[in-house]
Amino acid sequence: MPDMERHEQESMPSPESQFKPAADAEKPARRAEPISKGSEWTFELLEEYDRELAKLAERFKLDTYPNQIEVISSEQMLDAYASVGMPLMYNHWSFGKQFLSNQQSYQRGQMGLAYEIVINSNPCIAYLMEENTMPMQALVIAHACYGHNSFFKGNYLFQQWTDADSIIDYLLFAKNYIAQCEEKYGVDAVEELLDACHALMNQGVNRYERPRPISAEEEKARAKEREEYIQRNLNDLWRTIPLREENEVQQAERYPRDPEENVLYFIEKNAPLLDTWQRELIRIVRKIAQYFYPQRQTQVMNEGWATFWHYHLMQEMYNEGHITEGFIMEFLHSHSNVVFQPDFDDPRYSGINPYALGFAMFQDIRRICENPTEEDRRWFPDLAGSDWLEAVHFAMKNFKDESFIMQYLSPKVMRDLKLFCIDDDEGNPFLEVSAIHDDSGYRKVRESLSAQYNLGNREPNIQVYSVNTRGDRSLTLRHFMHQGRPMESESTREIIKHIHRLWGFDVHMESVDEWGGVKTIYGLPKQEVEDTEAA
Amino acid sequence: MSIIIDRRLNAKKKSTVNRQRFLRRYKGLVKEAVQDAVDQRSITDVDSGSDISIPKKDLSEPVFHHGQGGRVEQVHPGNKEFTTGDRFQRPEGGGGQGSGEGEASNSGSGEDDFIFSINREEFLEYLFEDLELPNLLRKELKDSTDFKLKRAGYTSAGAPDRLNVVRSLKAAHARRIALSGKDRKEIRALKRQLREMEVSPETNDEALKKEIQDQISTLNKKLKRLPFIDDFDLKFNNLVKVPQPSSKAVMFCVMDVSGSMTREIKDIAKRFFLLLYLFLERNYEKIEVVFIRHHSEARECNEHDFFYARETGGTVVSSALTLTDDIITERYSPNEWNIYVAQASDGDNWEADSAKCRNIIVDKLLPLTQYYSYVEITDRHHQNLWHEYKMIEKAHAGHFAMQQIRNAGEIYPVFRKLFEKKEGQNA
Repeated sequence: MPDMERHEQESMPSPESQFKPAADAEKPARRAEPISKGSEWTFELLEEYDRELAKLAERFKLDTYPNQIEVISSEQMLDAYASVGMPLMYNHWSFGKQFLSNQQSYQRGQMGLAYEIVINSNPCIAYLMEENTMPMQALVIAHACYGHNSFFKGNYLFQQWTDADSIIDYLLFAKNYIAQCEEKYGVDAVEELLDACHALMNQGVNRYERPRPISAEEEKARAKEREEYIQRNLNDLWRTIPLREENEVQQAERYPRDPEENVLYFIEKNAPLLDTWQRELIRIVRKIAQYFYPQRQTQVMNEGWATFWHYHLMQEMYNEGHITEGFIMEFLHSHSNVVFQPDFDDPRYSGINPYALGFAMFQDIRRICENPTEEDRRWFPDLAGSDWLEAVHFAMKNFKDESFIMQYLSPKVMRDLKLFCIDDDEGNPFLEVSAIHDDSGYRKVRESLSAQYNLGNREPNIQVYSVNTRGDRSLTLRHFMHQGRPMESESTREIIKHIHRLWGFDVHMESVDEWGGVKTIYGLPKQEVEDTEAA
Repeated sequence: MSIIIDRRLNAKKKSTVNRQRFLRRYKGLVKEAVQDAVDQRSITDVDSGSDISIPKKDLSEPVFHHGQGGRVEQVHPGNKEFTTGDRFQRPEGGGGQGSGEGEASNSGSGEDDFIFSINREEFLEYLFEDLELPNLLRKELKDSTDFKLKRAGYTSAGAPDRLNVVRSLKAAHARRIALSGKDRKEIRALKRQLREMEVSPETNDEALKKEIQDQISTLNKKLKRLPFIDDFDLKFNNLVKVPQPSSKAVMFCVMDVSGSMTREIKDIAKRFFLLLYLFLERNYEKIEVVFIRHHSEARECNEHDFFYARETGGTVVSSALTLTDDIITERYSPNEWNIYVAQASDGDNWEADSAKCRNIIVDKLLPLTQYYSYVEITDRHHQNLWHEYKMIEKAHAGHFAMQQIRNAGEIYPVFRKLFEKKEGQNA
């Protein structure tokens, strides 16, 4: 999902004065006249702030895509929310549902809108809300256009897995293609297919293998489509010509030979009854899921990095005298809202705030580099005393949340956040505190938090296990259990119905524990499947 | 370098299509919710938009996720007093502990409803979907007294405020071209002659040249005298009067208020009248309501008295019908007004009066009205009023309709039955 910042609305404790105002700075005292004094923004001012921020960003070696800053109204922001933040998206009722619920909570004041949305594209598109004050606009430009943007360009996952250059074109192609399909085959048919695909979106990504780059040019897509069509007709899987005896044994082998993690891909290529356009639709959903996959793996880092940089860029702006005292106070207020982390027993608590954790960690890397303590020297011998700018850039480029936390979460951050680890084992009637922020617990907490951000643990691991090629053509999916966690059965049944629609024949699903034993079988009695079909 | 773009003027409402898709998909549920809203809400605010609430589980988008169970380790911030090895009871239904925060939005568990609002138009759209007013087209244009001005081309005479500048100038231009054609042709010929004389020196005749030049200048002067615009050119927008079907309707609410009509029955009647009012309002620009209450005698009254004042006495329905007829004759000429009568009663009537009622309705009211509907709010046996009315219904189907309501839940279904779209009726 794209980056969206909720505008925290509760009143916050006044920001700690972490800023060292001019008196304390070693740099020459504030020299420049502030760019602006009021809170009203204009396009000229936006440009001027952007120019200054760009200069600073260059000094800090932030390598970015060109920025395209778009000012939009709150209504348009609601629209953007509904289409997963993308400037264009195909039509689907679920986006309408999203829109209605956002609109409802926005109008009732239960939810603030994001200050900005930023899109991993080249040029990097960032939306600013017209309601923002000038300080907010500057903050948002620093955060999105220099923070997120450099992350999109620099982080290895984004480099490897997404195509910033072509995503907008691809979405345009997808929107038009789907609109055409709706005309040709009816809205209902398209909707049903998209519903099924959306249910499998998280199972529609390649985790280990770089997918082929997406291409927007329709011509190419068409060519591919034709090629695939021919391919499919040659597909050995459904060949009906009787095989010779000696091949019989080979055929008895499982298909696919190795379990396939990308369920949508498998269905797109192998489902026996789908039309060409249906396969293309599956492909579109798959490509979009793949595009968002790195964002889901780098929430903490991405937000932490952007927050870290808006903080430092604004601090520099202040030190150089480009912004006023009032400006920096407003900025600090918003900033502390963004990185606010409620405690676990606070009614506002809903998990760890990725902004807070990420920001704390990047700040801490800088601290370790600049002012290492004895403890830091023991824990991070390589980092202590090295160049902080190099260090944060290295961290940004080469990690994802899971490995970033494993590598960089320091005892100090764990102490500051007072992290502790709860072990919830089904076999144990009690919850147990398995580690806290003390000497014996640091490593355990860190490991556990890292695992928490491993998508592989968080989401069930589901793979295509086999297809009964010689019998009823049924498809078997396997859920490889992790720490004995079962599937939620109601939604699983729903999804099996969806898969059944795509596959066209029986679908089975089984949970398999660590030792290969089948624990649970999910599926629908045949009768029920028929009922759903009829309905 | 960054580019800054102002997108505020770009299309808003990008989500409109998606919103419609959503409503379309859950039409059934939305309709149910609308019906609930009508049944439950106080009558005065039926006529507004509505918050529609739909059970969340009906519109879940399932994704694979973990259920309760197995072993989960979770890191939380803000430790205060725990140390390693502390144990405590698992919180009841500890959903919050169970899954990672990334799943919270997907699982959509809990009993909460999905709530969103639809506006008044949409609300009424759902409420009255598939319903239609009977005999809407019966009003022949010939007896209409309303006219509407409609544009009908252009004329060459008219009031100055209807002057059509573009047309007028076009006409002037055409006239100038037409009138000057011969002269301009001549000028062209003379000019050609002049040029030829210039190129061939042997025919160099100064006198002739001068004469030609004079001719040209005379012609040019003549051309200049052509008026730029003439009375003849003026074009005016033409408007014609088109007879308009009447857009005014009057609705007569006739109700029995005798002692047997309890508060509850009146409330049901009120809801019925209100639905009818809303429905008529969607079809007519202007609508008036006349309230007639009756026991043994009828009286026109205001809305409050109609619903809330109580009186006792016998019941003579015909008194109300006669009054209705009088009011129509006096104030609402059927040429101008579309007349609807809705009558509600618990079915009681003075024995000898029912046949008289039938006669009044058939002879007097039906020829004047668009539609006459009667609802009987009772769960007892029908009395003779019902049977008399049944005879009217048989003879004047499509013009007169009657239904029985037993309890509040039936209002809306009965209303729908009365105004159901009938195939081909209006074709």
